[in-house]
Parts: sequence; structure tokens; C-alpha cells
Amino acid sequence: MGSRASTLLREEEIEEIKKETGFSHSQITRLYSRFTSLDKGENGTLSREDFQRIPELAINPLGDRIINAFFPEGEDQVNFRGFMRTLAHFRPIEDNEKNKNAVVSEPLNSRTNKLLFAFRLYDLDRDDKISRDELLQVLRMMVGVNISDEQLGSIADRTIQEADTNGDNSISFNEFIKVLEKVDVEQKMSIRFLH
Amino acid sequence: MAAIWTLSFYLVWPACLALTPPAELPHPHNLPPELGLNRSDGSLSVDLPLALRVFSVDYHHVQAPFEIVLWIMLASLAKLGFHWSGRVPAVVPESCLLIMVGLLVGGVIYGVRHSAPPTLSADAFFLFLLPPIVLDAGYFLPGRLFFENLGTILWYAVLGTLWNVLGIGLSLYGVCLLAPDSLGDLSLLHCLLFGSLIAAVDPVAVLSVFQEMHVNDQLHILVFGESLLNDAVTVVLYKLFESFLRLPSVSGLDVFLGGCRVVVVGLGGLFVGLFFGLVAALTSRFTSRAQVIAPLFVFLYSYLSYLTSEMLHLSGIMAIVTCAVTMKQYVEANVSERSNTSIQYFLKMWSSVSETLIFIFLGVSTIQDVHMWSWPFVCSTLLLCLVWRASGVLLLTAVVNKLRRNTVTFRDQFIIAYGGLRGAICFSLVFLIDDFPKKRLFITTTIVVILFTVFVQGMTIKPLVELLDVKRKKRALPTVSEEIHSRLIDHLLAGIEDVVGYWGQHYWKDKFEQFNRKYLRRFLIREDNQASSSILRVYQELERREQRGDEEAPSIVDPRSHSRPLLPEEMDSIRRILSRNLQNFNNKQTPAYSRHTLHQDANRDRVRKSLHRHQSLGERYTFTQVEEAEFSGSHRARKGLSRSHTVCSISPLAVLQEPSVPAASARTTILTSSPAAREEQSAAQHQTSVGGATKKQLSFVLENEKQQ
Repeated sequence: MGSRASTLLREEEIEEIKKETGFSHSQITRLYSRFTSLDKGENGTLSREDFQRIPELAINPLGDRIINAFFPEGEDQVNFRGFMRTLAHFRPIEDNEKNKNAVVSEPLNSRTNKLLFAFRLYDLDRDDKISRDELLQVLRMMVGVNISDEQLGSIADRTIQEADTNGDNSISFNEFIKVLEKVDVEQKMSIRFLH
Repeated sequence: MAAIWTLSFYLVWPACLALTPPAELPHPHNLPPELGLNRSDGSLSVDLPLALRVFSVDYHHVQAPFEIVLWIMLASLAKLGFHWSGRVPAVVPESCLLIMVGLLVGGVIYGVRHSAPPTLSADAFFLFLLPPIVLDAGYFLPGRLFFENLGTILWYAVLGTLWNVLGIGLSLYGVCLLAPDSLGDLSLLHCLLFGSLIAAVDPVAVLSVFQEMHVNDQLHILVFGESLLNDAVTVVLYKLFESFLRLPSVSGLDVFLGGCRVVVVGLGGLFVGLFFGLVAALTSRFTSRAQVIAPLFVFLYSYLSYLTSEMLHLSGIMAIVTCAVTMKQYVEANVSERSNTSIQYFLKMWSSVSETLIFIFLGVSTIQDVHMWSWPFVCSTLLLCLVWRASGVLLLTAVVNKLRRNTVTFRDQFIIAYGGLRGAICFSLVFLIDDFPKKRLFITTTIVVILFTVFVQGMTIKPLVELLDVKRKKRALPTVSEEIHSRLIDHLLAGIEDVVGYWGQHYWKDKFEQFNRKYLRRFLIREDNQASSSILRVYQELERREQRGDEEAPSIVDPRSHSRPLLPEEMDSIRRILSRNLQNFNNKQTPAYSRHTLHQDANRDRVRKSLHRHQSLGERYTFTQVEEAEFSGSHRARKGLSRSHTVCSISPLAVLQEPSVPAASARTTILTSSPAAREEQSAAQHQTSVGGATKKQLSFVLENEKQQ
């Protein structure tokens, strides 16, 4: 496991990923070994089938959308850089980073970017608005089949009602941020990656 | 009314037991009958002056099995009575009530016979009563959760137990030094020995209290896993100190050897269990032609593993748990459905009986002549047990939380510390000590500690936990948006964790799965059953594709206006629906399995009840027999497969076309009609009574949810 990882991932690449995502050296090598273990075709990229092979992801109600989030627009393969870029959203926000952010452009794991990731799970057509239909689709995935469509419709209506401030019957990204201001998103959307 | 019945039960049976003649009298039943003497010392034969007896009672012939059956009968009737006695189960946990029944029985027997009632012999406990409970626990152990938390569990089990043993032992020695007049002859080794047996958390007691508390899976597995695994440490320390007591002097080498012994005992038990588990799996592969005895192999092999490791002085509990965990997946794939059900039912039944018997005997054995009381010793033991356990849990958790993602919250820590109940294992161990002057003191103290933990801690843990929960719930209820979006984020995180192969455990898990698939399954599972898992996977894939196609179709256009403000009851019901239906994740919100019922049947009964409920409402719908079968069938299929699998595992035809069948709306439904016709009807209905229909639906769905 160790030798294979270090020969295929060059130092320059590790440095670039480190700069872009903020992961540490050991985290990157560890995630690279995970990447290669998922990559059954051994061609350096992951396809959707590779992700679907993860059993717990198959029973996750949002599994397909999460998988989609890894792949850039319209592509079917994701390389290690893309993989790390997506995972970078879930790095915990460290205290010393909060001060540095004034100069550098916003890191991938800032609160706004985390929320944007979650927003994109709803917003499939990328029009920067969560329409009622998109909300219904996700709700239906999350609640299973116990609830009738009318029920779900009223829940969706209520959700939009609470967020919508400009009356266009959909949730924009800013409205989304506002609704979740009381939720501790930084902690909820972070994984403690092992060093 | 029910209380009167139960009381009468409890009074009748002790009388029966008390009146059975005690075992130590001689058996004169093979004396010739023509002597015609009516012996007054217990032989109950009616002697006639004839050579032949027409009617005779020969009790001694059947005495041993008869008494055993009477005790088991008492235990089971007590359990029945407990569940029928109205509001009592809500307040008093079952274990407490059983001990009280035991006390009552013991008291009656003592009163009638003026001698000590039969006590729980250590052999009977360790060889007959303990294995079924541990086997049941091991067989139904949630494997994935257990292995994910294995590090934490081992941490608590090994280090926690060591901390408790040394702490309690040394502090008790300090107490003895402080009261030299009454406790002066207790040496350090005695105190350490006592510490080792009193510090151990008992799986039986823990299980019986926790299953009434409906804690979440993760907490349950932490406490339960700890109580299972600390057996290795406890038994080794106990035997170690006991052998030290026999040695003239103790050297450092002995202590070091003792440490090695812990490892040997634990790992040895593990390997014995593995061996027997694999052999059992292999045997079950060939049982297709004699299916009725397939369950027997499960029990025989597990019990053999337990006995073998006890014979080798290894940890029997670890062996039997490992055996059960190992053989479960292969046996379930190999034997028929009915055999599987039999296995599960028998396990539950035996463990239930065992547990009941243990608690009753604990109560009975308390009534004895051999008590010796000492206020400082008893009180300090109680106090030290609590203090050391609490401090141990706090310290260990502080360290382990840095390495876990799901932190062990304060509420969890409190439950772990306060839920460390002592039970029958301590009791049996204290009886096994070599006799020495203060042994009776130890026995008394052990009984007091057990009774205290089971009664006081067992009864108060639930209210205390609710108090803690209430305090944390005082902040404002989250809005619907917050709930939904938070749940989305939680699912997202769970998915990402799975992608990342959280903590690298998945590396080993993947390797094991590959090994499992390539070698073990092929070797241990019957030929025709091996394909089933891939079929299941294909089926699930089809489900998912169909569902995906369904969701991309345009949803029903609702003619109603969207901005109607919602009534408060509707808000409440929305919240309730959400909390019950949003898919569970991370095992933090699903309740742990129940000791006394198997999941599928409990749900099936509830489903049937809800069906009856809304048929009686008699609204404008028709329910044919076909629908009922479909309905319960689809529910059974759903609940049977997996908890979080709601969407994928329903038969496609029945439900994907009519997603509202389980909700059973108040529309006129003729279920065989096409969806288009149904939509027309529902649209028409909407325009007639909007508010009324919604409310009825809502309240209706509420009832449905309540049933589930």
C-alpha cells in the first residue's frame, strides 16, 4: 500500500494539492491510497461505477447526488485532483486560518463554500435557485414513501416560505445562507481527516 | 385486577416450593411397601396393607427435574405477571421486580423450612445460566457498529476495568487501614481481589436495564461491548489475585506474567470462538437434507466453544461471542428461512429464561445465614464504586474523544458511568473465593452493591436521563428548513465519510471482504446460495434506476395556491412526520434492538393494527383483500430488509405506482386503476374540499405514523 502510493504520486503534485486544498502531506498520501483502492480499473481516474461500488453509499438516500458532486460538469471521470478538490470542502476550519483569509481568496472549506456545496445538491440545473420541484425531489429521496405527495408538497411550501424573502417562490443561495445562519455548519460539515 | 392476579401467583408458587421436601433427606422409596409404615420424614407414599399399591406418590424419583421445572415456571410466570401488571413496568425495571420476587420466595422458603433456601451455585451460573444470554447477545450484535467502535470499546473495557480494579482495591485497603479494629485482618491482596470482582460491569444487568431505556445504537454498543470484553480482564485479575493469595510471596515476575495472562486469555478465547464458528459454518453447509436439526448445530457449537475455553481457563464469554459473530453470516445464508427463525426464537427464549432465573436466584440467595455486616466497609465500597467509575469514564472519554468523529457526549458519558451495573457475575465470583475469616463480609457487601446498583441505579437512570434531555431541549424548536437542510447535510457527510473510507478501517474491511468473498464464502456457503447476494444487488440497482427515472418525471402539478399559511396543527404534524420519516443515518438515532421481540414481527403487528384502525374510520375508500395482502406484504418486505433501506426495497409494482398506499389517503381508491385516472380523481377532490381533506389526511397520516 505504501510503496505504490508514493511512486505514482509525485512530490510536485502533492505540493500543488496542498496549496489548493490545505490538506497535509500525510493526509494527501492516505487519501491517495484510498483513491487507488477505489480505482478498480487502475487508470488513475474514478468513474461513477467505482463510487457506486461503495456499499454504504448505495443505500444513502442522496448517494447519487453525492457521487455527481465529484464529477465536473458533463464529465464521467474524475482524477485525483478533482477528488481532493471535492473533499477539501469538508476539511475542518482551523482557527489560525480564519485570520489568513483576508488576503488569500476564499479557501475551499470556508463556510460559504461548504454551504454552496450543499446548495448544489438541491440545485441540479445550476440556475442558482432551488425551485419547488427540485426541493420536492430531494425531500422525496429523504423521507421515503410513507408520505403522500400532498404532504410533501406542503412541507416543501413551508420550507420555501420560511426562506423566501423576495417572493419568487424559490430559494436563492443568499436566502439559503440566511436560513442556516443558526446552524453550526462548520462543525456539521467537517470530517476529521486522520493525520 | 391484574395486580391481584400477579400477587396471588407470587404467593402460590413459593408455597409450592417451600412444601417440596428438602433434598438432603434420605430416599426411602425403595423400602418394601408391605411394612405399611407411614414415614413422617418426607416419603409421601400412601401405604396400604396390601402387596400392591393402587395409588402412590413417588416424589424423590422426579425430584431434581421437578424442582428445576418449578423454578423455571416461577421465573416465567413472574415475567408474565410483570408485563401484565399495568403501570409498573414503566417505573421499575424488570430486573428489580424479579429480584424482589426472588426475595419474597427466599423469605417464604426460609420461613417455612427454617433453613437457608437454595443458593445460586457458581457452577450452575457459569455453566448453564450465563452462556445463553451471552450467545443471544453475540448473535444479534450489530457487527458493523461493533467493529467501528472496537477501539473505544477496548479502551473502556481494558483500561477502564484496570482503573476501577486498582482504584477500588487500593482505596478499600486505605479504608481498612483507617479502621484497624474491625477491618484490620484484610490484607492488600484481599482488597485487590475484592476490587477485581466488584469492579466488573455485568452484561446481564446492563442489557436488562438498557433495553427499557431505548438508547441509541452507538451508546448501547459501547456499554454492552465494554461489559462483554471486560470479562477477560476481570477473570484474569480475579484468578491472578487469588493465586497470589495462595503464594507465599509475590514478585514482580508474577505481576508481569499476570499481564501476559490477560492477553493470552483474551486472544485465546477469541481463537477458540473463531475455530468453532468456522466449523459450525462449514457444518451448516451440509444441512440441506436434514433441515430440522440445523438450529441445533448453532447451539451445540457455541456451547462447545464456551466449554472448551472454560476448560482451558480462557475467557468463555469472548469465545462464545466470537463464535456467534463468526458463524452468523454463513449460517444465515445456508439454512432455510424457518431454521433461521427457529434459531432466533430459541435464542431469545433461552436467554430470557436464563436472565429471569438469574435475577430470581439473586433475590433468593440474599436470604441467608452467612451475612456479616460492617458499616464502613459496605458504605465505602458503594461510594468508591460510583466515584471510580465516574472518574474513569470521564478521563477515558476525554482522551478517546480526540480520536473519534462521533464524540461521546456528556449525556452518553453519564449513561455509561451511571449504567455500570453489577450483577450475578460478581455474586458467583465472590462465592468462589477460598474461605477466609472475612469471606462473609465480602459476600454481604457484594450483595448490597448488586442490589444497590440494580435497584437504585436501575430505577433512577431513566428519569435522570430524561431530565438531562429535557434540559438540553429548552432551546427553540428548529424551523422546518433547518431540519430538512440539516438532515441533507448529515446524509451528505455520511456519504463523504463512506467515500473517504473513514479512518482507514475500510482498508482492512475491504481486504477482509475480499478474502471473505474469494475464499470463505465459497468454502462455507452452499453452492446455490452463493449467488443470492449478487441478485440482491442487481435488484437494488434496478430499484434505484426505476426510482431515478420516476423522480425525473414531472411531479404532479398542484392547482392550489402555494402561499396559504399553515395552521399550527399542520405545522406540528409536519414536524412529527419529519422526525419520524427522515431517513436515519449514522446509527445515532435508530433505537437499539429489543431483547424480547424480533424486529420484523413487532412491525408486522403494528402494521396490521394501523390497517384495522383506518378501516374502522369508514371513509370513502375501498379496501379489498388484495390490497391488504399487498400492503402488509410490501411493509414486511420493507422492514425485513434493512432499516434505512425504505425506498429501495419495496416491490416495484405495488408501491412505485401508488406511493400513497401506506399513507392510505381518504381518496376513493380503486387500486387497480391507472395513475392518470387517479390523478383526475384526486384533482377533482381537491377542488371540492381543500382544507377538510388535507386535515383529515394529516390527522390520518398522523395515526399511521403513531402506529409505526
